[in-house]
Amino acid sequence: MSSEWPLWEVFIRGQHGLNHRHVGSLHAPDAEMAVKNARDVYTRRNEGVSIWVVRSSEITASAPSEKGPLFEPSNSKVYRHPTFFDVPEEVGHM
Amino acid sequence: MAAAQQTAIADNAALFEFLVRMGDNTLILGHRVSEWCGHSPALEEDIALSNTALDLIGQTQLWLGLAGEVEGKGRSADALAYLRDGLDFRNVLLVERPNGDFGKTLMRQFLFDAWHYVLLKALKGSSDRRVAEIAEKALKEVSYHLDRSRDLVIRLGDGTAESHRRMQAALNDLWPYTGELFIGDASDMAVAAAGVAPEPASLKVSWDEVVAEALEEATLKAPADGYMQKGGKRGIHTEHLGFILSDLQFLQRAYPGGTW
Repeated sequence: MSSEWPLWEVFIRGQHGLNHRHVGSLHAPDAEMAVKNARDVYTRRNEGVSIWVVRSSEITASAPSEKGPLFEPSNSKVYRHPTFFDVPEEVGHM
Repeated sequence: MAAAQQTAIADNAALFEFLVRMGDNTLILGHRVSEWCGHSPALEEDIALSNTALDLIGQTQLWLGLAGEVEGKGRSADALAYLRDGLDFRNVLLVERPNGDFGKTLMRQFLFDAWHYVLLKALKGSSDRRVAEIAEKALKEVSYHLDRSRDLVIRLGDGTAESHRRMQAALNDLWPYTGELFIGDASDMAVAAAGVAPEPASLKVSWDEVVAEALEEATLKAPADGYMQKGGKRGIHTEHLGFILSDLQFLQRAYPGGTW
């Protein structure tokens, strides 16, 4: 039965103020049931305050074969990290 | 003084009876639902049903725990659940009906949830604070149970020709077991008079409303109210309860006092 249902990706907001995080996937016949199933499968241990679901087929992903051109160029650009500033002591921990 | 004391004792017996009925309904239904664990048609449904079973068993601990306290003979929730015989169980017959197919389990759940929901809503205003507190906690769980079973009954009733046929058959089969939910006896009247719980019959209108609305959307037709099965509330059960108890109570019967 479940093989006839589309796959959904589940995102849970752990607590107010945090972002929704991808926690896994499940099968469901439609969005409403996907939210209910996500509640039952992924929030049993008090993990969340909000659920998002999206059809897995609606997600566009980068191709693993392109990881060179996509990600390697940023390896050599340390100046993009804001680590070259002297933080005045009064500011404290940032 | 003697008369007042006697009334208090009578009320106490009625309160115990009421609490045991609440706890036995959730215990037996929780056990029935737990029988699906590992057998549901889809992993998602399996977990959802197990959650429902666990909610019901959690509620059992509260109702039977309070029942033991009210009784005052030192019986714990466990003692009441595991060491009573069938004739002492007070659950309605509906909850001991066999699971049947998945649709039938959901139909039984829906018919019970609708009643459970309207009852707990009323119990939130109970004159007994302990009862009101349990109801408050359980209502949150049961609202979700009803939401889910109602939704699935509609989906399957208004689904394929096969799912519709099965849901209608389940409804026809279970309908004669719904009448018992609304039949009151002297002990129900006593707790109602004390403001602890509503009279069973007073819940019928709200239950009818919830059920009729869902069944209409599900394209299912409730049978006419004919002969209604009853007896569970008085300890007169169907042949199924013994099998449930032999499973449920096996460990404590074979290894008395066993813990792990």
